[in-house]
Amino acid sequence: MQLKVPEREYMYPGHVACPGCGAAIAMRLFMKVMGEKTIIVLPACCWSIIAGAYPQSTLQVPIIHSAFETGGAVASGVRAALDIKGDTETTVVTWAGDGGTFDIGFQALSGAVERNEDFIYVCYDNEAYMNTGIQRSSSTPYGAWTTTTPGQEWKKMRKKNIVEALVAHRIPYAATANIAFPEDMIRKVQKAKEIKGARFLHIFASCPTGWRIPSEISVKIARMAVQTNIFPLYEVEGGVKYTINYTPKEYPVREYFKLQGRFQHLTDNDLAQIQEMVNEDWELLLRKAGELS
Amino acid sequence: MKKVLEGSQAVAEAVRLAKVSVISAYPITPQTHIVEFLSEYCSDGRLGARFLRVESEHSALAALIGAASSGVRTFTATSSQGLALMHELLHWTSGARLPVVMVEVNRALAPGWNIWTDQTDSLAQRDTGWIQLYCENSQETLDTTLQAFRLAEMVNLPVMVVLDAFYLSHTYEPVDVPEQELVDCFLPPYDPKFQVDTKDPRAFGSLVLPNAYMEMRHNIAMAMEEVLSIFPEIEEDFAGIFGRRYGSVEPIACDDAEIILVTSGTVTSTSRQVIQGLRAKGEKVGLLKVKLFRPFPSEMFRRILRPAKKVAVIDRNFSFGASGIFAQELRAALCNLPGHPPVFGYIAGIGGRDVTTDILENIYWQTKKNEVPEKESIWMGLQEVDHATESS
Repeated sequence: MQLKVPEREYMYPGHVACPGCGAAIAMRLFMKVMGEKTIIVLPACCWSIIAGAYPQSTLQVPIIHSAFETGGAVASGVRAALDIKGDTETTVVTWAGDGGTFDIGFQALSGAVERNEDFIYVCYDNEAYMNTGIQRSSSTPYGAWTTTTPGQEWKKMRKKNIVEALVAHRIPYAATANIAFPEDMIRKVQKAKEIKGARFLHIFASCPTGWRIPSEISVKIARMAVQTNIFPLYEVEGGVKYTINYTPKEYPVREYFKLQGRFQHLTDNDLAQIQEMVNEDWELLLRKAGELS
Repeated sequence: MKKVLEGSQAVAEAVRLAKVSVISAYPITPQTHIVEFLSEYCSDGRLGARFLRVESEHSALAALIGAASSGVRTFTATSSQGLALMHELLHWTSGARLPVVMVEVNRALAPGWNIWTDQTDSLAQRDTGWIQLYCENSQETLDTTLQAFRLAEMVNLPVMVVLDAFYLSHTYEPVDVPEQELVDCFLPPYDPKFQVDTKDPRAFGSLVLPNAYMEMRHNIAMAMEEVLSIFPEIEEDFAGIFGRRYGSVEPIACDDAEIILVTSGTVTSTSRQVIQGLRAKGEKVGLLKVKLFRPFPSEMFRRILRPAKKVAVIDRNFSFGASGIFAQELRAALCNLPGHPPVFGYIAGIGGRDVTTDILENIYWQTKKNEVPEKESIWMGLQEVDHATESS
């Protein structure tokens, strides 16, 4: 079944993102589903800038900008205040980057999720600290160049599996989404909107500046991440029920890597090793979803 | 109604009477009793607030930033390391002009671990844009906490009510707990000047360019200045209803005093006794209690201290490389006043050590004996310490 993308926009024309920014596309699609009864908590990230400088704002809903590591906590406070005021209609959303989610904000996120706070936490993932200039985060993938993993110091650790970390909290709903799969994303946002308790959306959002790609292939690259199984689309309900939303045909990761400047230093051996890692991860996911015994 | 209460419970009673909507806290000794009492009040319905049991002090204040931005009355309590952990968000709260009220139980910072009283934790936050009020006893703590909500909401700045660990937080005293109806007259329901509203969407705390940031900071400075006249008005109203008044500063026997001791917190109570004894011996000594530390009531200090010959400041805190913090602030307030009295700085009671009547008397006699201060700070009651030496 294909869902129509709602026409109503909640972003004004004009924002401060780089051309081809996946995070801007992600917010645009997300807000189309969320609508006007939404309060956005925005810890430090690219979107702190994208949203515009005082007194302007790109979004047509209220924003509370907050400190880097406070996404989970500030949203908890907003929700508590709305509950006390008897406002049950408004959804509280934290919209954070990978640094603010995987790293510095992880404690507040874990705390909020453990308390099962009634909010949606969205991590738009561009796989590094892009707002400060492409420094490695724990979301940066194995093999990537960044400004703090330059030369032979390219990142030799795996990307942290944030969804699994959230699933370990038995979060009511956790899902991955991708800007190149708008129907899938819209369905998941809709589902998240209807569930009570803590919900987590991990949205893959390409970054032309940091990934060293032309802005016009931003969406194409994001699609390839799913097609090569580097970023599988799936959802987990109640911390146990896995559903894989897209099963790709065989597609070597090499194709994804060769288009991006951040991976140009990788040798054939490195790429073969990464292919093995990706295959392993996919198999593990299939097992969790009961599609492989 | 008079009840025998622990200082911590006096705080909790004030928060209950203030009808706070969201409380968020993380446990830290010696603040814990405050949040335990409040947990009970929320649990048994005596207080209709949401209590967020968050995973850190940092998140405790962050959650209140969210709640206060949403237009409700908020409260937290902390101490020492917890306050230090909140530091970034202390700036955020005042910068965002949120009227959060926090009770801060003065405790020494580690290492070594020390849970006893010491003011360095709160004074290290003096530049964060929080109003700071130091309390002497449980009654004052209860009353000041109530006043803090009204003050915070009038000027849209956060308020820190500060009390000494154990000497105050864990001591039982008779406390007059006011009737709810009277408190309601003094502290009406919170009417926020701004809040997030989906019907009127706005962005709070966004990027501000150099063309506007400075004006925003200046507005905070002006709001702080307003406190100097608004707090006495609030006290006036409070006195009209409850018959109690403390003053931003309280001069005791200062009119004809040649030497004035300056204190804050529970040391003030001991000092009251000491100056009585000294006065009985014919010594012309006065006492000046500091309650309002931020904003610093410089004009009041100049007026009260000018006629004195000497000023002796007792600091239960220290800024390494400088001196006691109250002494620094007083010197700064007096320096442009021609012929002002010299300021003698004394460090006492660090890390919860008793500040005894002997120490305070000693401070008086030392001040009387010397024409000018020998040093910026004199550490009182230091014991001889065997420093570790290399064994041969």
